Amino acid sequence: MNFKLKVWRQKDGASPGSFKDYDAKDVPSEASFLEMLDIVNESLAASGEDPIAFDSDCREGICGTCSLVINGIPHGPGKGTTCQLYMRRFADSDTIWIEPFRAAAFPPIKDLVVDRSAFDRIIEAGGYIVVRTGSAPEANSLPVAKHDADLAMEAAACIGCGACVAACPNSAAMLFVSAKVSHLGLLPQGQAERESRVIHMVRKMDELGFGSCRNHYECEAICPAEVSATFMARLNQDYALASAKKVLAV
Amino acid sequence: MLIASFMSVASLSPAPVRKFSKNPLIAFYQSSIGKKYVVAGTGLILIVYVLGHLVGNLQIFSGQERINAYSKFLHDLGPILWLVRVFLLAAFVTHIVATIQLAQENRLAKPRKYAVTGYQRSTMASRTMLISGLIILCFVIYHLLQFTLQVTDPKFRHMHDSLGHHDVYRMLILGFKNPFVSLFYTVGLFLLTNHLSHGFASVVQTLGINNRKIASFVASGGQTLAWVVFIGYVSIPVTILLGIIK
Repeated sequence: MNFKLKVWRQKDGASPGSFKDYDAKDVPSEASFLEMLDIVNESLAASGEDPIAFDSDCREGICGTCSLVINGIPHGPGKGTTCQLYMRRFADSDTIWIEPFRAAAFPPIKDLVVDRSAFDRIIEAGGYIVVRTGSAPEANSLPVAKHDADLAMEAAACIGCGACVAACPNSAAMLFVSAKVSHLGLLPQGQAERESRVIHMVRKMDELGFGSCRNHYECEAICPAEVSATFMARLNQDYALASAKKVLAV
Repeated sequence: MLIASFMSVASLSPAPVRKFSKNPLIAFYQSSIGKKYVVAGTGLILIVYVLGHLVGNLQIFSGQERINAYSKFLHDLGPILWLVRVFLLAAFVTHIVATIQLAQENRLAKPRKYAVTGYQRSTMASRTMLISGLIILCFVIYHLLQFTLQVTDPKFRHMHDSLGHHDVYRMLILGFKNPFVSLFYTVGLFLLTNHLSHGFASVVQTLGINNRKIASFVASGGQTLAWVVFIGYVSIPVTILLGIIK
C-alpha cells in the first residue's frame, strides 16, 4: 500500500514546527501504524534526513506510551492505541495527517513527541495510598462489594496515555484524574486519603494548565481503555463534597 | 546536548497560572470544577425559571382574563417579585461571568488546534454553547426591553382590560403580530433550545448526579425537554400569526 503523509516536524520545544509531506511506499497492509512510520524512517535515515521522532514502547496496546493524532483523532480511527492500528484500516493512496498531542500542559519535545510528565505530577499530588508495606494481608479480611470492585477495576484500566487530553477541545485531564481518583476512592484502602486526594489532584491538574470539562465526551469516545465519562461525574461529586467539608471545617 | 534540549523544554513548560487561596470557599471557586459547579448551579436556577415562565405564558391559551390576572398576581407580589428578579439577575450574571473565566482558561490550555478536526462524540450544540449563550443574552435584553420595560413600543404601557389590569394579552398579540418580532423570538428560542439540549444533561453531569444507569436517559431527556421548551414558547407567536388567538 502507498500513502501520502503530512507529518508535524519540530526540531525541539523552542523551535516552531510545520507539516512536511512524505510518501510511504510499499507498506504491507498488515503493518501497524508505528511499523509504517518505522519503514518511512528507514528510508529517511538512508537518505540522510533526520528520522521522525515518535513515542512507542510495548507495541502491544498495554503501556500507553504511543500517542499521535491521526487525521484529527488521538490514536487514530477505531478503539485502542496507535500501536494496535493497522494500515488495512486506510485505503490505498490515502492522505494521512499525523500530529502530536496538543495541550499547553504537554509541551512539545521533538516532532510527534510531547512531554506527558504532567500526569506524573498529578499522581504525585495524591494518586496513591499510604500503607504499611510487608507481607500481603489475608485477602478476606477486607471485604469489597462486587459492584465497587468492578467499578474500581474499570477505572484502574486507565493506562495514562493522555489521549483524553489530546481529544478534548479544552485539553482537560478530567477523564484521567477521574479514573485515578475513582479507582482508589471506590476501594476501602483508598478511604483514609479520599478527601485530600481529590482536592490535591484537582488543584494540581488546574495548576499544570489543563482546561476544564465542557461535557463534549470526546475523551470517552477515544479512550483506548474505554474509561466511562460517568467517572467524571463521580469526580465532580467527590470534589464538591470534600470542598464542602473543608468549608464547614468538619 | 540531550540535557540542553530537555532544559529548553522545561523552560517552555507553562508556569502555574492558577493559585489557590487558603480560604476553602474561595479556593473552590478558583478551581475548574468549582467554577463548573457555579455554572451548573446557576444554569439549574435559570432552567427552573425558563420552565416556570413557560407555564405562566401558556395561560394565554386560557384567555385574556386568566393571563391578565396572572400578571396582576405577579405584580402584586411587590417586594417578593423584586427579590426574585434580583436573584435571577444575579444567577444570570454569575452564569456568564464564570463561563467566560472558564473559556479564557480553556483557551490557554489548548494553544494550538489540530490541522484536521476529528470530532467523535461532541455535538453542534455542545461546541456552540458560548456563542449560543451570548446571542441568548442579546435576545433576553431585547425581550426585557420589549415586554418588561416596554420601551420598544410605548403603547404597551397604556393597555388595560375591562377590569383595569394591565392587558398582557393584547400586548402579546400586538407584539407578535409583527412578523419580524416573531421571527427574532423564534430564532432566540431556537438558540435557547440548542443551549439547553446540551445544558440540561451537563447540569446533571457537572453536579455529579450522573451515573451509568441514568446517563443515556439524562442525555435524551435533556434534549426532549429542550424541544418541549421550544414548542411551548414558539406556539404563542405561531398561533397569534395564524390568527388562532385574536
